[in-house]
Amino acid sequence: MSAEAENTPTQKVAIGISFGNSYSSIAFTTGDGKAEVIANEDGDRQIPSILSYVEGEELHGSQAKSQLIRNSKNTVAYFRDFLGQEFKSIDPSPCHQSAHPIQHESTISFKIRDSEEEKENDVTVSEITTRHLKRIRDSASDYLGKKVNAAVITVPTNFTEAQKAALSQAAKDADIEVLQFINEPVSAVLAYDARPDAKIADKIVVVADLGGTRSDVAVVASRGGIYTVLATLHDYEVSGFKLDQVLIDHFAKEFIKKHKSAGDPRENDRSLAKMKLECEAVKKALSIGTTANFSVESLANGIDFTATINRSRYELLASKIFAAFARLVTHAVEKAELDPLDITEVILAGGNSHTPRIASAVGNAFPETTTVLAPSTSPTAINPSELSVRGAAIQASLIQEFDVEDIEQSTHPMVTVVPHLSHAVGVLCISGDESHGIFHPIVDAETSLPVRRSAIISTPREGGDVLIKLAEGAGHIKVTKPEPKPKKEANEDDEDDSDEDDSEEEEEELRERTWKIGKILSEAAIRGVKKGGKVEVQINIAADLSVNAIFREVGAKGGVRGILSSSKVTQNGSA
Amino acid sequence: MATVQINLPLPVLPEGWAGEKDFKPISQLSAANDRNIEPVGPHFLAHARRKRHKRTFSEDDRIQAQANVKKVEDDDEGEISEPEDPVLLQREAKDWKNQDHYAVLGIARYRHRATEEQIKKAHRRKVLKHHPDKKAAAGGTEDDQFFKCIQKATEVLLDPVKRRQFDSVDEAAEVEPPTKKETQKGNFYKLWGKVFESEGRFSNNQPVPKLGNEKSTKPEVEAFYNFWYNFDSWRSFEYLDEDVPDDNENRDQKRHVERKNQNARRKKKTEDTTRLRKLVDDALALDERIKKFRQEEHAQKNKRRFEKEAEQKRLAEEAAKAKEEAARLQQEKEAAEKAEKAEGKKAKEAAKNAAKKNKRVVRGAVKDANYFHAGGDAPAAQIDSALNDVDLIITKIDNEELATLTGKLNGQKDGGVITQIFQDEVKRLVGAGKLKDGEAKSLSA
Ligand SMILES: Nc1ncnc2c1ncn2[C@@H]1O[C@H](COP(=O)(O)OP(=O)(O)OP(=O)(O)O)[C@@H](O)[C@H]1O
Repeated sequence: MSAEAENTPTQKVAIGISFGNSYSSIAFTTGDGKAEVIANEDGDRQIPSILSYVEGEELHGSQAKSQLIRNSKNTVAYFRDFLGQEFKSIDPSPCHQSAHPIQHESTISFKIRDSEEEKENDVTVSEITTRHLKRIRDSASDYLGKKVNAAVITVPTNFTEAQKAALSQAAKDADIEVLQFINEPVSAVLAYDARPDAKIADKIVVVADLGGTRSDVAVVASRGGIYTVLATLHDYEVSGFKLDQVLIDHFAKEFIKKHKSAGDPRENDRSLAKMKLECEAVKKALSIGTTANFSVESLANGIDFTATINRSRYELLASKIFAAFARLVTHAVEKAELDPLDITEVILAGGNSHTPRIASAVGNAFPETTTVLAPSTSPTAINPSELSVRGAAIQASLIQEFDVEDIEQSTHPMVTVVPHLSHAVGVLCISGDESHGIFHPIVDAETSLPVRRSAIISTPREGGDVLIKLAEGAGHIKVTKPEPKPKKEANEDDEDDSDEDDSEEEEEELRERTWKIGKILSEAAIRGVKKGGKVEVQINIAADLSVNAIFREVGAKGGVRGILSSSKVTQNGSA
Repeated sequence: MATVQINLPLPVLPEGWAGEKDFKPISQLSAANDRNIEPVGPHFLAHARRKRHKRTFSEDDRIQAQANVKKVEDDDEGEISEPEDPVLLQREAKDWKNQDHYAVLGIARYRHRATEEQIKKAHRRKVLKHHPDKKAAAGGTEDDQFFKCIQKATEVLLDPVKRRQFDSVDEAAEVEPPTKKETQKGNFYKLWGKVFESEGRFSNNQPVPKLGNEKSTKPEVEAFYNFWYNFDSWRSFEYLDEDVPDDNENRDQKRHVERKNQNARRKKKTEDTTRLRKLVDDALALDERIKKFRQEEHAQKNKRRFEKEAEQKRLAEEAAKAKEEAARLQQEKEAAEKAEKAEGKKAKEAAKNAAKKNKRVVRGAVKDANYFHAGGDAPAAQIDSALNDVDLIITKIDNEELATLTGKLNGQKDGGVITQIFQDEVKRLVGAGKLKDGEAKSLSA
């Protein structure tokens, strides 16, 4: 290959890799900091994570995938999750229509004929991974014109240390130095945050990833550009595979209806493989179009079969899976002990998030205030298939100058394990009717420490002396039941004779996010505020939970300084 | 640094607030949670730079740092696996309707209480163990019957509609109501509590009220039985349907089976409603609290009756008393009136006497005034005229005026003064229109 020109020994060329069970992607970051996804020689940006061997020749990606029909025994697919695992803890189900995983010492291998010789070899999953990564690296090197030798690779949040170690070794054997593994959902959040117009805000983001063999949901707190995963869920039943199966069953039944004597195409391996490939294509077509054609030559008994399906039919057939995915997302929010009202954004990731109905099913589980980022709901959404790899490319550009030792130390738990506020910290304001004050947060819960935030707060219309109470606040969901419909006047004297019947149709209750005032932390006075003046509060919270606050009228000098120590409360003079 | 804009105003400083240098610390922050931040993005790198500060961390540091970290990923190992019944493992997948789906997945101890997450995890555990590839690897046959049972169980239990259908007829989750004898041994709340808890799984309305105990209040107990007598159940019986023939050949047969199934479902539903009603009846009949409340009510009623009677008695007594009082008052009044009458008579008499006396004085005075004749003995005509005029005056004045006049005349001996007094009286009477001018000739001076 022409691009394999030798780099100078120290030159590091790093890319981002997303390595899924179904597809892999590669991306790099351009000079002006934008991530770009690389197409391989077949023109694919989503490269099937599949290798196939024909007479000793190695096919990769889409070419290997089409071998699932004729050469399934020598085609290896859906293997990522097997890395670094023992045979007893893997689920071989996705490999039903390709080379089956088998136990090989303490690891896993595939029995395939991968040479010209007429014999099957045990090829370990590590070796398969290395070969796959080599092909990917070559595609990237070709595109970039220099030899890629390092990468940031994305992994699911539940990838174990053993799995990472195995992947790291496999990459190394493919001449790729893994600079860092980063979590897929976090990479997706980074891909959005790295856009030039993105503002860094405090928010809770749910990343809902519906991939080919599994679905993963993560609830991520994003505070000043620092990310903390609060909860995750994984599901191996709600998957792209299952959606394909819905279509397979549908067309199989159509076929049987038309050709009664030809038998069920699902019972023949090759027919089933053809259907599977075609149905995945139909599913993808239905993400854009409202109808799609299914067309397979010689589906069964030599009969060609074509049929069409429209989108609403597909949505009906798959509605249970969509609903199950939406439930999974809701459960993840519950697991994080949050409410849908707490969620600022839902990022839909994974290839199936192209499906409009999946975005709307998930969106329906959240209030209007939650932004749903998917192609069908937001014109500026990033391609959900590319979210992981884009984040990885950005991270690669950030750390490629660091040496491995440096990265290792920076990602050490001494650096990454950080105290997070258990409650929001804010001020008590007044408003018309509430005599107790209304909590307004300045620093949200789950913010990592240390943190420094400031707030500009209004004062009463006439100015004068004001009181600033710092307090803790806890998020609270206020549920207002709908006003019961006015009932017919009850008979004169029966006051406690209530015969309410709950049969009236239920109206939706109103749910709002409010704050409960917790501990009062301190009080401070600012005297003689000008008419219409504002007060600035600056809060610094250290990792040891000590608080250092400055209160002053905006534009005034000096101000009041207060310190709350972590062990005992002390005070200090004017700032 | 992020700045928050807050548009609600701050409160006014209360009168008399004081703090040293205008600051008053009150309490410390609540304890923080240790969590892992993601080592990703430019803001993390800035954090790492600050935190590392050219320091190097060791393996010990790693252990120490991770000691209290909040875990995000669940480990699947935590669950206790239920032992697998060898008979269960021999099941044929085609007989899936009769299998205990919970037992197949090893979550028989949770049954209808199992969460979706628990079912998923259980399924995964079973798949990892029973996938046909694993059996083949262990030298077994490629027998995938039990694996298919697992898939079927998961299909049913992860589909909310199918799961309800199965739960509706899940005999293993049923709790038989205790007999009367068992109940009367004194375990009513424990035994029946379990029954109602189990029946409550079919309720469309959640939460289901609890049976409670002997301390439950009457409204609680009433609410409980009301709930059960108005039970809104989702239980249905399509799971027990006879298979409908799938071929299009025999339409009539198909429709026949369908109709049969519909009828069977309806019948079972009716039977179930009756069963539940009887169950609630039985519980109600055995519920000591109901007896207690009835007794209390009875006592209450008696008490109310006593009170009512007492009240009536009191009212009657009061009425009698009032009547007596009225009579007494009447009597008194009458007596007083009588006395007053007598008194009046006496006064009249006295007045009469006084008037008589006064008249005498007045007439006497006429004599003293020499019949108003100036000098010498008065001629008879003058005497007559004077006496007539005085009589006229007397008839024209009432007793009071007479008394006044008498008062004025009393003790007067001088004829001129007396005459003047009479003349004044005549003038007064003329002024009052009681006498005509010149009517009393002898006195019209
Ligand atoms: N445009 C599209 N419309 C609908 N589905 C799509 C589209 N593109 C890809 N998919 C589906 O997305 C899935 C692949 O998702 P993704 O690229 O996220 O794979 P992955 O990360 O390898 O997933 P996993 O590891 O779970 O197998 C496949 O089921 C594929 O059919």
